[in-house]
Amino acid sequence: MKLELEVNGAAAHVEASPWKRLLDVLREDLRLTGTKEGCGEGECGACTVMLDGEAVNSCLVAVGQCHGRKVVTVEGLAAQRAGEAEVLHAVQRALVTCGGAQCGICTPGIAVCAVHVVDSGALHGADDATARAKVRELLAGNICRCTGYQLIVDAVIAAARELEGARS
Amino acid sequence: MTAYVRPRDLAEALALRAEHPDWMVLAGGTDLMVNAIHQKVPAGIVDLWRFAPIGGITVGDGRITIGAGATWTEVERHPAIREKLAPLALAAREIGALQIQARGTVGGNVGTSSPVGDSLPALLALDCELEVASVRGHRRAPYSAWCTGYRTTQLAPDELVIAAHLPLPGANVRTAWRKVGTRRAQSISKVMGAAAIEVDAGVVVSARIGLGAVANRPIRATAVEEAVRGQRLGAQAAEAARAALRASIAPIDDVRSTAAYRLEVAENVVARFFHVS
Repeated sequence: MKLELEVNGAAAHVEASPWKRLLDVLREDLRLTGTKEGCGEGECGACTVMLDGEAVNSCLVAVGQCHGRKVVTVEGLAAQRAGEAEVLHAVQRALVTCGGAQCGICTPGIAVCAVHVVDSGALHGADDATARAKVRELLAGNICRCTGYQLIVDAVIAAARELEGARS
Repeated sequence: MTAYVRPRDLAEALALRAEHPDWMVLAGGTDLMVNAIHQKVPAGIVDLWRFAPIGGITVGDGRITIGAGATWTEVERHPAIREKLAPLALAAREIGALQIQARGTVGGNVGTSSPVGDSLPALLALDCELEVASVRGHRRAPYSAWCTGYRTTQLAPDELVIAAHLPLPGANVRTAWRKVGTRRAQSISKVMGAAAIEVDAGVVVSARIGLGAVANRPIRATAVEEAVRGQRLGAQAAEAARAALRASIAPIDDVRSTAAYRLEVAENVVARFFHVS
């Protein structure tokens, strides 16, 4: 079927089986290979993208359902102004500075989910212990098999604090 | 090539269901899309994701009606559900992770009715009644009679689940929810349960106990419900519940847990529902 969706702010035209996974359309048809496949079962979160503003597993989305909908992938998190270098989202910068990444397969999904969490204001006004517990719960669907989650949680908290500071 | 239709209204959805009972009814895909690339390609898809006629949550008439298309995120955030139907809101918060809660729907959970569906013991304890429709008309079915076996239900091939109706518990009803898995967030349950217990002057008047992952389908622990009637809330009712449960369930060994562990944990879960906090 012919589909038109908005991907990272731009219109994307695709011809695909409605049963094809959004994950595969992003990677194969649109060549947005930042989104990774981990398990293909909705357990690991590596393929997380935003669909109409919600974080979802793109391996569990049939692309037929995406006509007219908005998708944001890891490639769309940074701000891009014409003629200027792109500016990473605070969450992406914090993942870099805190060392919240190792092999990188889970990282795009974590970045997307963490941007969703931080931008939704879920951590706003929370003290450090509460914020850490919230991050661990809200990112529970993003599994990293390299190591623990300490530096990832550090990064998400740091980004939330930075954005809070910028707002006030 | 897989056919794909997004119905304009309920009449079209029901007509499609009657004409193509073999087509997949797809909402959030959290169940049906698992391992999609290794599955048989469906002949057709009826897309009910964000389908307005079965969406929304309404409060009134002494009950809360949850559209089959409502997601677990919507259920978890709804103030009236959090206040009046706490076990359902608590279950919603533990259904998979954020990504699954954003897509998984009430209709999908009851449509599949897996024995480990996290919301299902809560629907049992809260006396849920399903509303089901087809071109033949609408009907109501109590969720307690809905499941007919391992992942099988009363749903006819031409029917759609439209909504779940939940009566508001009275002021003398205490509710509870407990899930036990390998970790707190996003784990498949080893045992979970929900309770709605009517209490008068510290004595159990009646109780509904829903349990998951202890049988081939979500069940009501009717032996426990009978055993606790007239017992004093606290140790007396808790011990009566524990004894009755042991005689009434026979969980299995599988990859996630053992029968012995499940039985012991289920006893503790059920007994705790009757403790005075």
